[in-house]
Amino acid sequence: MRYNALQILKQGLTGNRNWDRAWRKPDPKPSYDIIIIGGGGHGLATAYYLAAVHGKTNVAVLEKGYFGGGNVGRNTTIVRANYGLPGNSEFYSHSLKLWEGLEQELNFNVMHSQRGVINLFHSDGQRDAAARRGNAMINQGDDAILLERGDCRQMLPYLDFDQTRFPIYGGLYHPRGGTARHDAVAWGYARGADQRGVDLIDNCEVTGIDIENGHVTGVQTTRGAIRAKKVGIVVAGNSSRVAAMAGMRLPIESHVLQAFVTEGLKPVIDHVVTYGMGHFYISQSDKGGLVFGGDLDFYPSYASRGNLPMMEHVMEAGMTLMPMLGKARLLRSWGGIVDMSPDGSPIIDRTDIRGLYLNCGWCYGGFKAVPGSGHSFAHLMATDRPHDAAARYKLNRFETGFGLMDEEGTGAQHNLH
Amino acid sequence: MLIPCPLCGARELREFTPKGSAVTLHRPGEDAGPEVWHDYLHLRDNPAGPSRELWWHGAGCGAWLVVERNTLTHEVTGAHLAEEEAGP
Repeated sequence: MRYNALQILKQGLTGNRNWDRAWRKPDPKPSYDIIIIGGGGHGLATAYYLAAVHGKTNVAVLEKGYFGGGNVGRNTTIVRANYGLPGNSEFYSHSLKLWEGLEQELNFNVMHSQRGVINLFHSDGQRDAAARRGNAMINQGDDAILLERGDCRQMLPYLDFDQTRFPIYGGLYHPRGGTARHDAVAWGYARGADQRGVDLIDNCEVTGIDIENGHVTGVQTTRGAIRAKKVGIVVAGNSSRVAAMAGMRLPIESHVLQAFVTEGLKPVIDHVVTYGMGHFYISQSDKGGLVFGGDLDFYPSYASRGNLPMMEHVMEAGMTLMPMLGKARLLRSWGGIVDMSPDGSPIIDRTDIRGLYLNCGWCYGGFKAVPGSGHSFAHLMATDRPHDAAARYKLNRFETGFGLMDEEGTGAQHNLH
Repeated sequence: MLIPCPLCGARELREFTPKGSAVTLHRPGEDAGPEVWHDYLHLRDNPAGPSRELWWHGAGCGAWLVVERNTLTHEVTGAHLAEEEAGP
């Protein structure tokens, strides 16, 4: 069923009882050309682009829980392309362009809202860094505007401009950045993949990866063995566990990243705002909740929940920047398990096992990458050649030291990002 | 999360800084090959379950600890001084 205004009217007048399922619920077939392990945003997007761009429809997505129940539903929904290093720069630029056509392409309202991202700066040094980043963004073909303090005061009147500890000098404004409804992104890709013939199989946990003579031949699952010519691992925080089934050790540590949302409030925050002197970023959802987050808890975790000290730290940073936040009541908090790579940049690559492909290392920034990651991973799996936009996301860059992408400049080892 | 520091007793999370897997205590020898160093620096078991990690008791006694902890539940099952197992 194609979604349109007429359908909404018709279904609304008949009590919304006659909507079709958004996607089928097939049983797994004995074999597929391609199996994607992981039904999150990246996995579903990969399946969609395999079918839509490459005509590969004998494809299954295997999800151990329900579709979109992982990190794609556990983030702060920010979409941006403000990276500076070659590799990241072209990739996120590519991803943002895919975002901009996504709703029309998927016939699904993902509520992509280009409300603009503003990264505040609080010293002359930070202004220089922001100007440099802005120039890098303009060079990559995207947009960036350096805001002075007065501009910020006009656009963000609710910030504490008079504090003396970390005065606001200005901000780097990225007008095409913004947010999207995260669940809808998973659902839209799922529906699009399903409509093109991809089997989406939930409650199907992969328990083993079959390899013969260095060639992948299929997977073992809680719903039986399934053969496949190619298998892609797209499982974020569980990357190490799944790769271990193929005898691989990855340069990945799993960590918990918390996020928070307040009760619904009247519109007050029009953009995505990030604080330059504390790890804190905030936007307001269309339901009115203030959505914000901070830094990792920093200890390895698979628990999908964090601890109170980091929560306290995030609240303190938020209160320093916008004291009005103290009036809002916190409604929920949650934690996503993120796959931290040593240099803070992702991996989209083949493995030493033929037919086995790896997509991981998204750290704390996987959501905005969903379209670009799916698009380029589909290209890699279908053609066996990396997509130009993701060609630098090599698995062996840590081993060789060549092509490391340490965006923060803190080093290419664990626990530095 | 309470961590049982062998010098200070059970202290809360805020006093500690985690520093990743305790495999970093076992530094390869000078003659080790590049693949050994790659393994040491980058590759991790990244266990979902019992884990051995390095923590620094920075707001307490300043000791480096090896903390045994479950990454699925955050349960801390033990801690001892890192110097007890670190090489010279």
